[in-house]
Amino acid sequence: MSDTFKLNIDGQEVEVPKSYTLMQACEEVGAEIPRFCYHERLSVAGNCRMCLVEWEGAPKPIASCAEIVGNMRPNKDGSAPIIRTKGAYVEKARNGVMEFLLINHPLDCPICDQGGECDLQDQAVAYGRADSRYDENKRAVEDKNMGPLVKTIMTRCIQCTRCVRFVAEVAGVEEIGMISRGESAEITTYLEKSLTSELSGNVIDLCPVGALTSKPYAFNARPWELRKTSSIDVMDAMGAAIRVDAKGDAVMRILPETSEDVNEEWLSDKSRFVWDGLARQRLDRPYVRQNGKLHAVTWPEALDAVKAALSVNADEIGVVAGDLIEAEQAKAALDFFSGLGVKSTDCRPAGAQYGTSGVREHYLLNPTLAGVEESDALLLIGANPRIEAAVWNARIRKSWLWGNLKVAVIGEAADLTYPYDHLGTSPDALTSAAVVEFFKGAKRPMVVVGEAAVCRADGAAILAAALKLAQDTGAIAEGWAGYGMLHTAAGRVGALDLGFLPAEGGKATADILGSGLKTVVLLGADEVDLSKLGAAKVIYVGSHGDAGASRADVVLPCAAYTELSATYVNTEGRVQMTTRAVQPKGEAREGWAIFRALSAVMGKALSYDTADDLRAVLRGKAGENTPFSGRGYAPGAKGVAALSATLPAGGASLGSQPFKRAVADFYLTNPIARASRTMAECSALATSLDTAVAAE
Amino acid sequence: MALRRFDIEAGGDRFAFKPETEEKIAFWRGKYPADKQRSAVIPLLWLAQKDNAGWLSEPAMREVADRLEMPYIRVYEVATFYTMFRLQPVGKHHVQLCGTTPCQLRGSEGLKEVCKKEIGKPMYVTDDQRLSWEEVECLGACVNAPMVQINDDYYEDLTPESLSAILGRLRNGVDVAPGPQIDRVNSAPEGGTTVLTEPSLFDGSRNKVAALPNLPQPPAPQPTPEATGKPEVKGPTNVHREEPAKVNDRAEPVKPEEARASAFDDLKRINGVGPKYEQMLNDMGVTQYAHMAAWSQAKVDEVEKLLGFNDRIDREKWVAQAQLLAAGKFDEHDREYGRGKD
Repeated sequence: MSDTFKLNIDGQEVEVPKSYTLMQACEEVGAEIPRFCYHERLSVAGNCRMCLVEWEGAPKPIASCAEIVGNMRPNKDGSAPIIRTKGAYVEKARNGVMEFLLINHPLDCPICDQGGECDLQDQAVAYGRADSRYDENKRAVEDKNMGPLVKTIMTRCIQCTRCVRFVAEVAGVEEIGMISRGESAEITTYLEKSLTSELSGNVIDLCPVGALTSKPYAFNARPWELRKTSSIDVMDAMGAAIRVDAKGDAVMRILPETSEDVNEEWLSDKSRFVWDGLARQRLDRPYVRQNGKLHAVTWPEALDAVKAALSVNADEIGVVAGDLIEAEQAKAALDFFSGLGVKSTDCRPAGAQYGTSGVREHYLLNPTLAGVEESDALLLIGANPRIEAAVWNARIRKSWLWGNLKVAVIGEAADLTYPYDHLGTSPDALTSAAVVEFFKGAKRPMVVVGEAAVCRADGAAILAAALKLAQDTGAIAEGWAGYGMLHTAAGRVGALDLGFLPAEGGKATADILGSGLKTVVLLGADEVDLSKLGAAKVIYVGSHGDAGASRADVVLPCAAYTELSATYVNTEGRVQMTTRAVQPKGEAREGWAIFRALSAVMGKALSYDTADDLRAVLRGKAGENTPFSGRGYAPGAKGVAALSATLPAGGASLGSQPFKRAVADFYLTNPIARASRTMAECSALATSLDTAVAAE
Repeated sequence: MALRRFDIEAGGDRFAFKPETEEKIAFWRGKYPADKQRSAVIPLLWLAQKDNAGWLSEPAMREVADRLEMPYIRVYEVATFYTMFRLQPVGKHHVQLCGTTPCQLRGSEGLKEVCKKEIGKPMYVTDDQRLSWEEVECLGACVNAPMVQINDDYYEDLTPESLSAILGRLRNGVDVAPGPQIDRVNSAPEGGTTVLTEPSLFDGSRNKVAALPNLPQPPAPQPTPEATGKPEVKGPTNVHREEPAKVNDRAEPVKPEEARASAFDDLKRINGVGPKYEQMLNDMGVTQYAHMAAWSQAKVDEVEKLLGFNDRIDREKWVAQAQLLAAGKFDEHDREYGRGKD
């Protein structure tokens, strides 16, 4: 039996794999098939009937999304079945379907947020009738509560059940369903409770009509008046592809773009709805603390104040880079401070113990995000991908659901939306027999260490043990580097790649903050313990007025990730760039430019004058291979050789203290999210839900 | 079908199955493999409804979901899909009134008026908690239309007066016998039967032809055609069998060994005789090989004429075949003539 099947589609012979649906086969020859319920990444429902095509000889039109090519038969004479996706027959069928869909659909397009990007609107124009023949009363449906993110206008629903399938299959929380039947059928959450998924915003994109729309974006803008910019998300270390839609100087919304290797086409709620944080609590001008209060000053005044603060012994200066730092700013800052002779520079505000080995592969997610689909056994050590990389968690779930992946966890036993073997809560479980048993027979084992696992005294030992485990279980093999770190911060890998670490004799974050240094520079580092800073002069460079800015003596405003074109390296080591969608707020400057200006003030001017010059330095000379040489790809299994050696354990042995969460609150991990009202609302809701569960 | 929502308030926050229900739950769950337990959702919802005074409260639905390890929304979908699951409280006696066409033609509209008058709006529970009603689709008792179902029982052939009386009695705690409310047994004719009423039909007194071959004769001696007392065959007789007992039940294949003892031989074994001819022969009273074996040439001619073909009996040697079979020489017959097809 051959694995392919010949079809004659619109007069064109085509041979497609038998696993294809008829719709895929039609698209193979470039035919356009309208659809509402069908979605590539969801199971086939076949209930909208919009994808009807003609199969010559069949008594009825065929729903092409649900017809598997392998189940079709050739004509009597053995020739390929004749399929028509155009012509009067198909047109009439689709026309009829469209008329039925529109029977109960309200004609409220002028006040509908989906207007202009509505599948139903577009397809009604393309396939529908010009007028309505329906004189009866239309059905009306009560709107449902689905939480602070998803707004519902349920009368518009055409019951495609994409949202039901998404939350059940991809998000893994069965919370939306279709209740009642026939004309009374309604989409709802259980008793109108809020969705608890971190991916709930995706149902807005999936909804082909205006039934599920974005609540924060409601009535804010029309799609055709938005300026659309492709960019990169920085809310977690995945670096999801996003589209920033802006109007004037305001970001109106953020949507995911398709990036098969990173986020497929999903986006976490934090990445999607954080945009209102970009307009609040912004630092739009420099400030200097005088008499205990911050006063707005001009840039020259601020730079002078910084110069004064930095005119101390270089050993009395410490620099901490935060989670959102872009590679350009990190590079310029590092060059600037090492030019001053500062040794205490660190990009690990939470005190993680990676990056010191000098081997890039030790802190990358070498198996890659997409690689989990090839893996058959995944061990998560102190990592909770559901909150640390929500979209990747959906991919793990997908691999578990449709593939043959099994998952084990050492660490907190959280609900990951898929079942797993819980092998222990503390590092000493790493050497247990259960771990060996778990990996037995696995062809592509995968060991992933989370941020929480290394932010502790025995962090280096855990890393070493995890790498050894990977080597022992065959996770490091030709063409498969099954060991990796799951980072939580978008800027971390880029800064590590630049060597933003304590130089010989320098201090790490905890000591920078707690050992009475005279001057401490915080590069957007707000999640650190500022209480031990004592009398230190604090210079804060960042975009939002958060903890760091309120402690600071000098505040230098810089651009946020939507306001500059900057390089970020994701947890896989994939170098990606954001694109400027709007101008920086007020007098804020790009981070690297601040240090370029400072360097001139200090009389030690950096060698680059533009961001492009800086990036050229990052990329290295022609032929030179730096982490920033390539763009858009993950090194993946290329690093196998580097992983074959053992990692020094750093003296400490594996402890028995349980792993803690790396991320306390999914919705409030960084200054932008903490400035967002939407995120605050989500956080409050999630917290109340957590409490309710705990009370049971 | 109106919107169906849980009555959250009336449902309270607690539900527990009755202890005696556990056995039934185990029975239903036992029907499905461990990983397909959710298949038992409908029976379990039904049991929950029974244990919860005839309606499904939200805690009851959650209990079912928890037991089957299903997400609440999935059970909610099932509970709202099937209208037999009632999501609001009902009275002790819940009247389901059939309003579909046959009942409507026979006067269910009048019954509806009675319900409205005696109880109130659909799904309204009377103050004494005893009665409630709703209109439902066909309950499959059209022959006794119009009818209602009260809890688990059908009350049929109603008139507004009789329904009103029933409701009155139920309200006062008096039991009412279910079934037709007129002079009628089940679906039999009203006022008793009007045909086949002659008692002699049933007392056996008309059973004169006691020797009929198609009557069970346990230790029957081999009857000869003469002994059957059958009238001379003159044409298709369409014999009316007085005895309704199923003596002619030929669905059971007759084994050759038993054939001789039985009043009916498998005539189809004779090559040339099919089911149709066997029936015709049986109707003539020819039910055994022995009968046919004893045929004279004159009889053969006569039967040929009746069956409407020439010379076939001679050509296919039915008589000779029958003689072999009657003598019990089945193997020899099959060798010689071939076994007749059924």
